[in-house]
Amino acid sequence: MLASIKQNWFSNLRGDVLAAIVVALALIPEAIAFSIIAGVDPKVGLYASFCIAVITAFAGGRPGMISAATGAMALLMVTLVREHGLEYLLAATLLCGLLQIIFGVLKLGELMRFVSRSVVTGFVNALAILIFMAQLPELTGQHGTVLVYSMTALGLGIIYLFPYVTKAIPSPLVCIVVLTALALYFGLDLRTVADMGELPDSLPVFLWPDVPLNFETLAIIFPYSLALAVVGILESLMTATIVDDLTDTSSDKNRECVGQGVANIGSGLIGGMAGCAMIGQSVINVKSGGRTRLSTLLAGIILLILVVFLDQWVGLIPMAALVAVMIMVSIGTFNWSSVRDLKTNPKSSSVVMIATVVVVVFTHNLAYGVLVGVLLSALFFANKVGRILYIGSSLSKDGHERSYQVVGQVFFTSAEQFIGAFDFKEAVEKVRIDLSRAHFWDITAISSLDKVVIKFRREGTEVELIGLNEASATLVDKFAVHNRPDAVEKLMGH
Amino acid sequence: MIKKVMACIDASPYAEAVCDYSVWAANRLSAPLSMLHILDRAQHTNTPDLSGTIGLGSQEILLEQLAELDEKHAKLALERGRLILDAAKARAEAAGVPEVDERLRHGQFVTSLLELEDEIRLLVLGKRGFSSADAHGQIGMHIEGLIRSIHKPVLLTQQQFIEPNSLLMAFDGSETAVKSLNMLAESPLCKGLPCHLVMAGADVEAARVQLEQAAAKLRSEGFEVTVAIVAGEPDVVLNQYQQDHNIGLMVMGAYGHSRIRQFFLGSTTTAMISKAKCSLLVLR
Repeated sequence: MLASIKQNWFSNLRGDVLAAIVVALALIPEAIAFSIIAGVDPKVGLYASFCIAVITAFAGGRPGMISAATGAMALLMVTLVREHGLEYLLAATLLCGLLQIIFGVLKLGELMRFVSRSVVTGFVNALAILIFMAQLPELTGQHGTVLVYSMTALGLGIIYLFPYVTKAIPSPLVCIVVLTALALYFGLDLRTVADMGELPDSLPVFLWPDVPLNFETLAIIFPYSLALAVVGILESLMTATIVDDLTDTSSDKNRECVGQGVANIGSGLIGGMAGCAMIGQSVINVKSGGRTRLSTLLAGIILLILVVFLDQWVGLIPMAALVAVMIMVSIGTFNWSSVRDLKTNPKSSSVVMIATVVVVVFTHNLAYGVLVGVLLSALFFANKVGRILYIGSSLSKDGHERSYQVVGQVFFTSAEQFIGAFDFKEAVEKVRIDLSRAHFWDITAISSLDKVVIKFRREGTEVELIGLNEASATLVDKFAVHNRPDAVEKLMGH
Repeated sequence: MIKKVMACIDASPYAEAVCDYSVWAANRLSAPLSMLHILDRAQHTNTPDLSGTIGLGSQEILLEQLAELDEKHAKLALERGRLILDAAKARAEAAGVPEVDERLRHGQFVTSLLELEDEIRLLVLGKRGFSSADAHGQIGMHIEGLIRSIHKPVLLTQQQFIEPNSLLMAFDGSETAVKSLNMLAESPLCKGLPCHLVMAGADVEAARVQLEQAAAKLRSEGFEVTVAIVAGEPDVVLNQYQQDHNIGLMVMGAYGHSRIRQFFLGSTTTAMISKAKCSLLVLR
């Protein structure tokens, strides 16, 4: 046990500490920006980020992953905060955590296997677009002055060019410091973080959301909590897979669900908003050398220390600097190769990806996008597999008997094609249908076979079925041939 | 499946002794011998890029970099593992073992051994591995975890091979000890070696009876047995006895108690292993 604590926490001390500092610095602008998206004070997002990072460090299933207040979650809260206020958000956060724990206990994380690669890409791209779009209010309308544009452009320039000078200092930090210094020195008229709401000036304290505990409250918060829970789990598990791939290690997905739930409950109880794993921050963490739970824990703690002790200074940061950082996050989150691959990927997978993106951008709800994406992938798949059906026939020498051979998959999408392949107009005494190389997957397939038999009978034709038992072995719901080479051989061979 | 003597070979100074002891054991058991090297991949971290930026394709580039880093390390480790195994195999074949095979596996040390458990008849490994070869008076970092989880006899070797001329069976009358004694009595591994059956503790009647019963069992299997009861802490007095009588191999049952109890009382097994000056056969 000691060995595993050592492995999980202290096996990469130097890398983890450095990465934690980089991540904490990057979390601050994000937490503030996401609070602004949700329409709450920056301190709500900052407390949430601290709490979620610290709790997932212990309770999460993926060492080295960073969880905090996120854009995907913030976007789901906007109407709840606008119509019912912060207290209801905190209650919704608690319920969201509870739902996530239930998901974890029921092992719903395994449902992730139905989320195809294209849906994941669509999700990530949609998220990037949403984060970018959320910056637009700062750049348009009355805020969209030449000064703001040039400051944002300068910020982006620093972020992307400074690493060519040195990679030892986080360039987003340089961007924030330089832009703040410029704004102060020249007394520029720019909106600052302090204009956006209250910043934390103390350590968080425990507080129970001030909402009436009745059915009406539940009816208000439940839809939001459910959406938050689903999106939180989706993004967390996707991020966990990304970190798994990057570090070539494995993670416990169900533990991650429970961990996210516990973290959100914790966040709700200290006045923070709901959050989940962050793709961009986790990539930054791994890139900076973070690998274990220690980097996640330290990132949360350093974040809190910085904002509590530097709250005067944090308030002075111009919004333009935050916008620049968030544009970087959005660019970094976007899956660039998915655009490049649009030309080469199968059309169906591109359609799934684009549909996911479009639905999310219109609904601002990543859960709907994933739902549409998963449904579309399932339909495309059913359609594809339905095409694996061949029906051939031969007439006996005397012309009185016809034999049909059915090879392939018969189920709801291919049932029509199955019926259409028989020639009922042909007048023969006997028809023999050989099904021993076909698979009947559902009752649609069986009923279409019944239809065929009845039609033939009505024409006065005698019907003989061969191999019906083998063909319908696949009907049973629990049908599986994993790890049974003989069974697979029989299935594929017959 | 014919169960094998499996020798865990690594780059530590123990490798040659492990090889020789496994040859000795394979010959006595007339079992095939398998040389095993486990490539336990440490996490290789990239040179940290603290710029904190992510741009287009950052994730793909990072994955590519990390994969390349791991590939380099893994290729070297693979090549080195192959060389170590080849040397061990050659040594065993020169010593006259007819059937020697090489196993090279990726994975965490203890987990990998547990995966191979069904093939193992006797596991031979050095008291300390490569990573802690110089930490005298301590036991290798994996040893305790391994002995706790594996259900096969484990032979822990010293750095020098000395063919066992006699053996010491540590006996405390417990259920574990009786089981271990039966295993020892029935195995061809130590047949014919003079056996000292030693108990640590007070010289009372009950202890004498237990010890005599145990000795009778060994004698019935053809062992030449000397019994002794020595007063004191087992790990101290048993090791002292071994040195006084110049015994080449100690045999003991392992970890009769839970981890929690051990946390408060300390484990005799761990203490025995770390203080032993000769090779140690741990029976589960």
